Amino acid sequence: MPKKVAMTGNVAVANAMRQINPDVCAAYPITPSTEIVQQFSNFVADGIVDTVLVTVESEHSAMSACIGACAAGGRVMNATSANGLALMWEMLYIASGNRLPIILSCVNRALSAPINIHGDHSDSMGARDSGWIQLYAENAQEAYDNTIMAPRIGEHFDVRLPVMSCMDGFIISHSIENIELLDDKQVKDFIGPYKSNVPTLLDINNPVTMGALHLQDYYIESKRQQHEAMKKAKKVVIDVGKEYGKFSGRTYGLFEEYKLKDADIALVVLNSAAGTAKVVVDELRKQGIKAGLLKPRLFRPFPYLEVANALKNCTAVCVMDRADSFGGAGGPLFTEVRSALYDLPARPLMINKIYGLGGRDLGLEDVRKVYRELVKLAESGKAAKLYEYITVRD
Amino acid sequence: MKQVFKRPDSLKDVPFRFCPGCSHGTLHRMVAQAIDELGVREKTIGIAPVGCAVFAYDYFNFDVLEVAHGRPPAACTGMKRAMPDRLIFSYQGDGDLAAIGMSEIIHAANRGENFTVIFVNNATYGMTGGQMAPTTLVGQKTTTTPKGRAVHGEGYPIRVSEMLATLETPYYIERTAMDCAKNVIKTRNAIKKAFTYQMDGRGFTFVEVLSICPVNWGMTPLEAMDWCGGPMKEYFPVGVFKDEGKRVV
Repeated sequence: MPKKVAMTGNVAVANAMRQINPDVCAAYPITPSTEIVQQFSNFVADGIVDTVLVTVESEHSAMSACIGACAAGGRVMNATSANGLALMWEMLYIASGNRLPIILSCVNRALSAPINIHGDHSDSMGARDSGWIQLYAENAQEAYDNTIMAPRIGEHFDVRLPVMSCMDGFIISHSIENIELLDDKQVKDFIGPYKSNVPTLLDINNPVTMGALHLQDYYIESKRQQHEAMKKAKKVVIDVGKEYGKFSGRTYGLFEEYKLKDADIALVVLNSAAGTAKVVVDELRKQGIKAGLLKPRLFRPFPYLEVANALKNCTAVCVMDRADSFGGAGGPLFTEVRSALYDLPARPLMINKIYGLGGRDLGLEDVRKVYRELVKLAESGKAAKLYEYITVRD
Repeated sequence: MKQVFKRPDSLKDVPFRFCPGCSHGTLHRMVAQAIDELGVREKTIGIAPVGCAVFAYDYFNFDVLEVAHGRPPAACTGMKRAMPDRLIFSYQGDGDLAAIGMSEIIHAANRGENFTVIFVNNATYGMTGGQMAPTTLVGQKTTTTPKGRAVHGEGYPIRVSEMLATLETPYYIERTAMDCAKNVIKTRNAIKKAFTYQMDGRGFTFVEVLSICPVNWGMTPLEAMDWCGGPMKEYFPVGVFKDEGKRVV
């Protein structure tokens, strides 16, 4: 029987890893993700899992060791944050380019400089073009569930891509919540043994070379294959989310729609801030204001058709970004959502807010202000500012 | 009345916020005293690491650059080449220098770059909560080696000073310890010597300081000092590994 337990987001993810029981975990500590591997190393030391834990000397080496282990035919997991993910950059592309379904827990944290250890999305947003599937979680339960679904998504024969499962640093990683842990056997049955549809290294009957030099002759075909695999991932995410719901009671899709069906105004926001926004949506609904929320879960591949369909009846939409794309036409989530809506015959009015960088708190009043602005925008049809910072000193 | 003791000018008038018993506060003071005694505070630039000493700029009363984990030797290289008349030093822990930044330190030392490295070896990753470091002793319990560091799979602790001393170019390499007052003074003298060599343009200087981390070692500060002076020093002997200034030509 699944059981309710109180644990931090990090410990929840470590328990998902324990239940997955990967072959190899190679890691280097970095705040705020440290606790995941630290907790997991207890499971290794106590013989609760069969995993080989490699305490390497940097994140670059951690991801390199994961690539080696996965290429050799293992199920491989890892965790990191911020500059740790940035140091893995080179290897992220090599993992996806070699079609290695490595699972990485990214505990979102701001990138240096100035140095900061708190939660924002500049780390994973910077990695959005690295060919990894990206899942985002509002709370510890979702982070746990996403971690368990990640191997099924990444290892699917139509996909074969690495998966990054993200949650907010400190806000979720270090907060204790009640979550429901599945039975070990349920998880084991759900994920099944690691299988590969391509020969792995040292399969003497099927010798292969991975990552061999491709120049003008084949490089673009290789990238095209990644492109196609990424497109196919969307259906797999839906199928796996449904199957997961059948035994866990928690069904997952591409995004969560909160009171969005009849909404006039809506926010689009990732991760923990969605929890704050839901409280405000409830308040506004009581006042008779048709407010709604769209919380993306799958960011790569970005489900643009479905997002457009979900937002098409709104008059005004604000996308909230916890990362900036300096010099861009808005934050990374905004440019994605705005682009998705372009083909609609009648598009909602749109604005973008950059909020909460480096862990700056986003309070209920901050969200109320944004919704108030949306009400005005819906009435006037004119945005005062398309793209601006909030929760910031002027 | 004659004043016999004061805060070094190179330290700001703020309390240290390190854990109780930690060596960093004392070592920061030794660095500051060495700079004051040489009268070079206005010419000094420090490089802060990632790790417990990340807040070095909160305490040192001179310019400090914060760089990415492990990269201080490369940043020092660029800075010193741009401003050869300044006193430039990095202050790095064992995670920063001996793990993630191992390649940077070896190559900076091998090029004979004219700056000083203060390498704080406390045999653990302090900031992230006591994980195994490359310098963790065999059998030492850490949060990632709850049953003790095993040679099979995790290797032996790396003796960085000895390793760098195999290179031809470094000018001065010494290991000291913070296990008692006498050795704290020896540490300050080693740092002063390294800074003096640097100001004379002699080349790469490196002072490894065995330090204590009572919180992550699970010891009282006194037990930790004994452990530093005992098992740690046994594996990491203190002394001068290279001093070209003393070489008889």
